[in-house]
Amino acid sequence: MKLNERSLAFYATCDSPADNAGFLYKRGERHTAYHRRWFVLKGNMLFYFEERESREPVGVIVLEGCTVELCDSAEEFTFAIRFGGAKSRTYVLAAESQAAMESWVKSLSRASFDYMRLVVRELEKQLEEMRWRPAGGCGGCRQLPGSWKSKPSGLERSPERPLALPTVLPKENGCAVWNNMPGADRPPDSSSCGGYDSEGNPQPPPLPPRRRALSSEAGGAGVAAAESTSIFCRLHEQYGQEVARLRQDWMEKRRGPRP
Amino acid sequence: MRYNERELLSLARQPAEKAAEVLMRLPKKGSVLKKRLVKLVVNFLFYFRTDEAEPIGALLLEQCRIIKEEENVFSISFVEEPERKYCFECDSEEQCQEWIEALKRASYEFMRRSLIFYRNEIQKMTGKDPLEQYGISEEARFQLGTRKQ
Repeated sequence: MKLNERSLAFYATCDSPADNAGFLYKRGERHTAYHRRWFVLKGNMLFYFEERESREPVGVIVLEGCTVELCDSAEEFTFAIRFGGAKSRTYVLAAESQAAMESWVKSLSRASFDYMRLVVRELEKQLEEMRWRPAGGCGGCRQLPGSWKSKPSGLERSPERPLALPTVLPKENGCAVWNNMPGADRPPDSSSCGGYDSEGNPQPPPLPPRRRALSSEAGGAGVAAAESTSIFCRLHEQYGQEVARLRQDWMEKRRGPRP
Repeated sequence: MRYNERELLSLARQPAEKAAEVLMRLPKKGSVLKKRLVKLVVNFLFYFRTDEAEPIGALLLEQCRIIKEEENVFSISFVEEPERKYCFECDSEEQCQEWIEALKRASYEFMRRSLIFYRNEIQKMTGKDPLEQYGISEEARFQLGTRKQ
């Protein structure tokens, strides 16, 4: 199977943020000697280089579907990246200290695409709920599903990949979930670099797809419009109440203090 | 570059975020449009011959640009070689737009930026860091303005 290797090599060495980096000893596949390599974790890709200064990785481990385990080994600070298939290779790695080992096990356990997606969705939901609640509501305090708490021991698992998203968005509280992922109303140059404005403030993710349905003539308007209408009504009512309150305050102030 | 092909092939068999039969052209000179099954799974776009179970190839969708070309057509190119374009011709303009949207959202980097943005917004509104409950608030990758270590 062909892979866009040149782009992969660029991704490995470009200045996009690394989730972890450092020297690890990697045990060979056939020969059990360990080789010291410079590892760089970006997202769900674990690259390894011959030297820290090497311009191209020797290889990459795609981490989707893996589990990370501590090893019962003569070597100190070893851990393994294991995959599910019958003939799958297990990558045995050794760190240079307890702290390094723990750091790697933690970051590799959280490296899957789905983990990141779940955290993003959770924050998105929190933000939406905060925007809907009247002032003074408790927006930020949510109970976590237990599985996301970081475990103190070294045994960590990457979650199984859930099924693909249904094409019709599930509804919550009678209204559709706002969006699954931020939509793609992006300015032309934003898909790779960027994400920050000139002052270094993070740019908002693009508008959710539903808003585009409002303004576009294209199909799918039926469901999207109905959802948008109910959200709009809620918004309208909420702002209406606020306006009514402000008006009342203003009128009372005009009348002056009561005797 | 070595990579764990077996796991990548296994990933290609997972349920897709999006899949369709389209015409695809590789960036190689003299390439022509060919009917392919393309399948988006996490941040990979796999492409198959329409009657085969194993993909011909995979594109990791990081540091890439998704660009609308002519009618029904979009391209994927990579930041370090912007002239080298993988072209995709869809059945309709609508399908084309859907793919562009889906692919732009498909990168891990995109999700990271969204996460940082939402975290920042929530922190501004509540004064609290929403990542603390996950125990990941100190991780370098979620800091504003994080660059290469």
